[in-house]
Amino acid sequence: MTETSTTRALVEIRSLVKAFGVLPVLRQLDLTIEKGEFVALLGPNGSGKSTLIRLLSGLSKPTAGTIHIGGWELPQEAAAVRAQIGLVSHRPLLYENLSARENLIFFSRLYNLPRDAANTRIDDLLERVGLGRRAGDMVRTFSRGMQQRLSIARALLHGPAVLLFDEPYTGLDQDAAAILDDLLTDTHAAGQTIIMVTHQLNQAAKLASRVVILSRGKIGYDAPTNGLDALELASIYTQTTSMASAKQ
Amino acid sequence: MKTPFFKAVLSIVRKDLRTELRSRELISSMGLFALLSILVFSFALELDRIARQEAISGVLWVTVVFASFLGLNRSLAMERDQGNLDAMLIAPIARTTIFFGKLVGNFLFTITVGLLLLPIMTVLFNVSLVQPLVLAVLFMGTFGFTTVGTLLATMTVQTRARENLLPIVMMPLALPLLLAAVKASTNLLTDSATEDWVAWVQILAMVDVVYLVMCYLLFEYVIEE
Repeated sequence: MTETSTTRALVEIRSLVKAFGVLPVLRQLDLTIEKGEFVALLGPNGSGKSTLIRLLSGLSKPTAGTIHIGGWELPQEAAAVRAQIGLVSHRPLLYENLSARENLIFFSRLYNLPRDAANTRIDDLLERVGLGRRAGDMVRTFSRGMQQRLSIARALLHGPAVLLFDEPYTGLDQDAAAILDDLLTDTHAAGQTIIMVTHQLNQAAKLASRVVILSRGKIGYDAPTNGLDALELASIYTQTTSMASAKQ
Repeated sequence: MKTPFFKAVLSIVRKDLRTELRSRELISSMGLFALLSILVFSFALELDRIARQEAISGVLWVTVVFASFLGLNRSLAMERDQGNLDAMLIAPIARTTIFFGKLVGNFLFTITVGLLLLPIMTVLFNVSLVQPLVLAVLFMGTFGFTTVGTLLATMTVQTRARENLLPIVMMPLALPLLLAAVKASTNLLTDSATEDWVAWVQILAMVDVVYLVMCYLLFEYVIEE
């Protein structure tokens, strides 16, 4: 559904700097993500993970450096980039007084999807996230897990090239987290590129194809998961983040 | 690649109307406040006919303005609290479509309250407010007020003290508009000479245009981080 301008890597970040006033949050960050990768972005609070997601989604502007998504540059070609990304946050980004279907219809209009194609896509997505039977119910009657699944349907609506998740497991119970795991696995298996910020090392090791650990605004670790289990990842995480702290 | 401007604006307006029809949060709080205000004014002001004609436009505008503060705050808080503003900001739409979408919604809610007030105030104050020219002034004044209010509420809703901050930052900016609206409606209701109210209506129209252009140009900067 989306189109890209060139054949370069799907996401290219070069010398990215983001500062709030004099306080640098991201420092000369370089990162390349290929199509179909599932990147888990880990790091302690304040390491710049969510800031990076906001920069990638065009909600924030870099202080210096460049970001290309699908060949389009942010923020100069923001509209083209925004058509290529879907964002799932720890907040639902949904209207509580609209039904699940009405929410998706509203966003399909903002993404300028043709009405018939949008209706078919909405039906498919609601079934895929297990909300087909609750399509006409108000979002305010949904549990946190159901709202999060609907958020994923909203983010997938326009067929984005990259899906961004910002701490999607926040507030989910075990059952809801397991359902989200399955959804993420299926979405990635369908060839979707995913970048997920999380504190859940289990989920990162289990679901992602690559782990990037941010520490104090820099990449401290970047490698494919390749059978890495949660304990090994926890050990790497501790080493990486404590090394960065020691350097400070 | 961007969604057409009017399609995006219309989608936001329809969404606001639909959510309001479901919850009736804005209209009910604004309407109740407005009704209580004019009841208090009608009991408090024991005036003769001429004094009532001179005072009634002040009562109308004080009520509409303070009712609209409630609506503007709530309308933008609804977008902010659930993160929906972010969801709209990452859609491939011009930032200004969000401004115009919210402006049209806010204007419709405020003018609905204003229109409901006119017949009630006519009965309570025994002064006919349901006149085409008074309606025109009400539309123009409400439009200007909600224009600047939508921009400022977008800013203040990002702060902790948003309910208190909006009136504080808005009143000085909206003063020329309110002055023109009150003067125009007072002159109309007191049967003043045509040139007296025409001049104020022209000022009101000019202020409306200036506010609309300024808010259109500034919104993109206000909405950015």
